Amino acid sequence: MTIRIKKGRTGQSLRDTVVQMSGVDLSACYQCKKCSSGCTVSAHSQSPPSEIIRRLQLGAGDELLRNDLIFTCVSCETCYARCPMGIDLVPVMDALRALAVQRKAAIPKGNVPLFNSAFLKTVHIFGRTYDLGLMALYKIGTSSYSQDADKIPLLIGKKKIAFLPSFSPNLKTVKRIFEIARQNKGK
Amino acid sequence: MRYAYYPGCSSESSARDQHTSSIAVTRALGIDLVEIPGWSCCGATPAHQTDRLLAASLPAANLLWARDMGLDVAVNCAACYNRLKTANYEVQHQPEMRKKVAAALNRDYDGSVKVRHIVEVLLEDFGVKNLETRLRHSLNGLKIAAYYGCLLVRPHEVTQFDDPENPQSVDTLVTALGGESLDWPCKVSCCGNSLSLTTRSDMVVDFSDAIIGMAASAGAECIAVACPLCQVNLDLRQSDIQKKTGRNYQMPVLYITQLIGLCLGLSFAELGLNKLVVSPSAVIKVVNENSFKF
Ligand code: SF4
Ligand code: SF4
Repeated sequence: MTIRIKKGRTGQSLRDTVVQMSGVDLSACYQCKKCSSGCTVSAHSQSPPSEIIRRLQLGAGDELLRNDLIFTCVSCETCYARCPMGIDLVPVMDALRALAVQRKAAIPKGNVPLFNSAFLKTVHIFGRTYDLGLMALYKIGTSSYSQDADKIPLLIGKKKIAFLPSFSPNLKTVKRIFEIARQNKGK
Repeated sequence: MRYAYYPGCSSESSARDQHTSSIAVTRALGIDLVEIPGWSCCGATPAHQTDRLLAASLPAANLLWARDMGLDVAVNCAACYNRLKTANYEVQHQPEMRKKVAAALNRDYDGSVKVRHIVEVLLEDFGVKNLETRLRHSLNGLKIAAYYGCLLVRPHEVTQFDDPENPQSVDTLVTALGGESLDWPCKVSCCGNSLSLTTRSDMVVDFSDAIIGMAASAGAECIAVACPLCQVNLDLRQSDIQKKTGRNYQMPVLYITQLIGLCLGLSFAELGLNKLVVSPSAVIKVVNENSFKF
């Protein structure tokens, strides 16, 4: 397969930024593609994980942040478990995902960043997750009210969804963690 | 035996049955689970996908509270287990991260609190021989596919749980219960994790179909799991699989603690069997067949 890349923006290359954020040495990858053969989602995504690394190695620019693998990756660590060079792709994907949000790249179907921020919002407020709050925030954000709507009565009937949020009595610590993490962003 | 118990958020919603069955089983065996007072969320996948410091500090806070109790941590949810162990690993191996976490928590944490999954507690700490002497019923040769998913076994450096490609822990427990644990290739495949909760649940339907289909062709009559995300994806998505492919598996997906509880003779209510979407009646029938050992 031929890989075409666009020249990256000037300044720090995307590869260097990702290496810095993730602490993962991408130069060790020799494209054996074991990661891609085991990847849970590669058949459902634009590119397999080895291709993301190759593109970074070749100096890809911000267009890579639109690649949907960054968002479909489920952090299953299968790639890392099988990589002969010990390259952990999960922090690489985490870094790319964070950069995609920061640099406002188009987010593909599923809107994982919105899901993540809705999830963390409930943790920030209650100290624990709150399913109904999370679902409301995410469903409103994606206007996907009907998807899986048939599951709701079942989940409620089986008490698999809590109606009321549960507060962690240590909420102060949780809020402090969120605050320090926010101040620390980008450092 | 006493542990600081970290229930995790799913114990209050989707995995209430994993929580209650673990409580019931450990109580019956005389293992003491003391809930960490004021525990908070570990951050799960969304935290590490968003911010590394947040992802390390949220679990570290809970580990510090456990350290105050002077106990090892016992945990049910494979995702919590993974995040707690990752936090330990990072503060141990990354001095920079340890400093940042200390600043976020206003207290230093050295990563030393031991974290044990309930499967490890039962298999290694309590011991399978011990467990066998307590059983009142048997699985009577029921064919079971033990399914581990990702978060228990990967990354191996971090979780140190069993073998990352061909784990045996749950299989050993199944065998001890008198079940037949199957050799099958999807033990550590991924079910799609939290994609199920986003608008990409279509992908999870495909993954679950592949996993359950493989278990069924290996002859499985039941799948045994130890992770709330795996349980929900495999159990709840069977109706979607049928809609999409016509395949109607009716495959019971039980937590290993529910299977142990059945063999200990604990009540269905304590074990939360009514929470399962696919009825476990086929499993219950086998357990009740001429199995009083006493
Ligand atoms: S398995 Fe490792 S070395 Fe092989 S292609 Fe993937 S990242 Fe590169
Ligand atoms: S962690 Fe992501 S990239 Fe790696 S195998 Fe899993 S889904 Fe694929």
